[in-house]
Amino acid sequence: MTPRPDKLSEPVATMPSLRRRIFTTDHRIIGIEYLILALTSVTIGAILSLLMRIHLVWPDRVLPFYGPILPEDYLAMVTIHGTIMLFFVLTTAPQAGFGNLILPAQIGARRMAFPVANAVSFWLTAVALVILLSSTFVPGGSAISGWTAYPPFSAVAGAGPGQGLGMDLWLASIAVFAIASTIGAINILVTIIKFRCEGMTWGRMPLTVWGWFTAALLSVIAFSVLLAALLLLFCDRHAGTGFFVPAGDLVSGVIHSGGHPGNGSPLLWLHLFWFFGHPEVYISILPGLGLTSMLLANFSRRRVFAYRTMIVTTLLIGFLGILLWGHHMFVAGLNPFAASAFAVSTMAIAIPASAKVLSWLATVWRSRPSYTTAMLFSIGFISLFITGGLSGPVLAQPILDEYLHNTFFVVAHFHLIMAMAAVFGLFAATYYWFPLMTGRMMSESLGRLHFWGTLVGAYATFLPMHITGLMGEPRHYAQLSGVANAAGQLLAGTLPLNRFITWSAIVLSTVQLVFFVNLFHSLRKGRSAPPNPWRATTLEWHPALHPNAPAEALEEATVVYRQPCEYRPTPGGELFLPQWSADTNPDIKPE
Amino acid sequence: MDLALQAASLLPAASLLPFDASAHGPAIDHHLLLNLWIILALAVLAHLILFIGLIARRRPEAKNWLIEYLPLAALALLFIFLSVRAERLWAAARYTGAEPTALQVQVVGEQFAWYFRYPGTDYTFGITRPQLVDAGAGNPLGIDPADPHGADDVVASELVLPANRQVDLRIDSLDVIHGFSVPEMRLKQDAIPGMTIHVHFTPKVPGTYAILCTQVCGLGHYRMNANLRVLPPSEFATWLAARQRAVQP
Repeated sequence: MTPRPDKLSEPVATMPSLRRRIFTTDHRIIGIEYLILALTSVTIGAILSLLMRIHLVWPDRVLPFYGPILPEDYLAMVTIHGTIMLFFVLTTAPQAGFGNLILPAQIGARRMAFPVANAVSFWLTAVALVILLSSTFVPGGSAISGWTAYPPFSAVAGAGPGQGLGMDLWLASIAVFAIASTIGAINILVTIIKFRCEGMTWGRMPLTVWGWFTAALLSVIAFSVLLAALLLLFCDRHAGTGFFVPAGDLVSGVIHSGGHPGNGSPLLWLHLFWFFGHPEVYISILPGLGLTSMLLANFSRRRVFAYRTMIVTTLLIGFLGILLWGHHMFVAGLNPFAASAFAVSTMAIAIPASAKVLSWLATVWRSRPSYTTAMLFSIGFISLFITGGLSGPVLAQPILDEYLHNTFFVVAHFHLIMAMAAVFGLFAATYYWFPLMTGRMMSESLGRLHFWGTLVGAYATFLPMHITGLMGEPRHYAQLSGVANAAGQLLAGTLPLNRFITWSAIVLSTVQLVFFVNLFHSLRKGRSAPPNPWRATTLEWHPALHPNAPAEALEEATVVYRQPCEYRPTPGGELFLPQWSADTNPDIKPE
Repeated sequence: MDLALQAASLLPAASLLPFDASAHGPAIDHHLLLNLWIILALAVLAHLILFIGLIARRRPEAKNWLIEYLPLAALALLFIFLSVRAERLWAAARYTGAEPTALQVQVVGEQFAWYFRYPGTDYTFGITRPQLVDAGAGNPLGIDPADPHGADDVVASELVLPANRQVDLRIDSLDVIHGFSVPEMRLKQDAIPGMTIHVHFTPKVPGTYAILCTQVCGLGHYRMNANLRVLPPSEFATWLAARQRAVQP
């Protein structure tokens, strides 16, 4: 059933060459390729964030083998950090990585709907990453306008170093990424709609699948708008159009009215970008929300509390997620009445999000769960989702956002809820599904060390940012010392706390070495995994769907008989019914 | 709730925020601190429930749907309460324009400086043209010499305002998007090229305050700032008259 570790090193007979193995259409291998891409990206993104933190508090330090970090270098790092983390980590890993790896099995499908498109989607993503990273080495360096690339700053090559070829490469990279993500999302949608096995009704689908489904719906809507916006911006840069550049715009002594007679609006880009950008953050967190519900139930040996409500809230978060982009624009020159409307839709999403938290609290309430590392990270996910989420309703109020917009309060908010919570979801997924990927278990003692270090490090890094933000520290500042005027005093006041944040970030990053040690050690020397080590009820643990199961097992049709997470205490121990179990027990009422 | 409000304003979190020198600021601070205390309490409460739920002895799972919907209803009421309060403050600040008697000042952002223009004795801003912008020749905003309204316009690199008089800022940018931010006035508005955006406020306490840029605008973003000097009205009149004489002797 579960592969013996010694079998793993043997070449698989159906894939003779390395080339066929890499350019495979096997969704599991594509999923692992996505995860390797995301792991590479997150390492680069984290190193960049460390360099930024160090530069922020010790701006005169010289980077070995590089030299002093100039303000434009700092902004290039901000831009690549944000772009790489949002797109190549938080979009690829939960959705494309674990989606490919686990989703077909969880609905009893043998493969994704479009295997070739799936491979194309991965390789386009890889090309997009290479294009993005290559922009570091062109004259002028990478783009410096942040991951949001507001025009005219991003529309005019003369607006700064990196805004020439670096910006073109950024646009190319994200356009390729948008195409890849759209293909991937269509693939996921069709797979879920058409490839569910017998008995896998919508109501029996695990919440992880609901997460992937909703995120894929959002991806199709959001990335197509982003692609259009990127093309318009490209035309503004190279085809003489003026979608986003107003007439008479004067940048670096040159008037940029282009060849066009019209009057473009930078706000149009903000609308298009945030129509993509806000759903994007839900794309990155929705699979984590689903996974957290499932893992909490699994390790608490209980049903997910209010399962149907959780399905509805997942869809509701997706639906409301496309209606509230304007809250990024409260002080951008939006009509003040529009700001009020967007404030209401933003507040509204707090309701389904709160329902999720209540369901998690009720699921684990008095359950005495088993504290595996995957469970610890899921509990950590709850904690970070609460702490990071609660500042959301504060920022949703335009009058408060006026003070807090683009301060470190916002940085703290989205790093806790989107970055840290989503990363905790990814860690939980890794510890939980590692046996399925490799046939081995990860070390639990190293896992616990990794969890506690990461939890403490994450809070120590991101909680104090609320305070520096309240003190008035703005984002994207290359340094806080050596600034003239009254602003200099205001910024310098945040330095002591900023030094603490930098030290915390160093600790947080160092702790991640434990994860890498665990990962690589367990890959080679980990304990061999028993079949279904977590006594899970979802289909990916079905013996016949296991990659190393005998071929004849694959021929058997998989049939689903029940919702996930059915556990009942019995006098003799625990009754534990996987979704594929046909057992009818008189104690259990039919659905 | 009033008692909670009183308590909120007494607690030391208030000292985190920069000094508040505007007329509308205290109400915002009050509402912000109320929000912060509420979310702090909710965070502690949720963590307590999580923690107690984890350590308490195992019990059969809960079936009662009220434990889902009652707290949800309470949270919804809380969010509505906060929204209504916030919307009233937002409406007061932004739904209507400035008083007709407000002092008119134009704010212009460019990489990487803020400029402030006063309309002069004719109370009218002269026409500007981007072709005429020449900071080296003393015309950083491109005021057209052919327009007589521009002849008496005063351009300064610091924003000087009289205390206790409403000011109507018209915010604009020459090149890219900038963020006009005055933390001590609890004021922030992006400067969008091609758009003129009005905000109004009343400075209360004389002093020197920071004006920052809060929208990434280029390599000098971090050092794009200016001083706001709030003066007693008589000193402001003296300052403006002196600047006026400098442009129109």
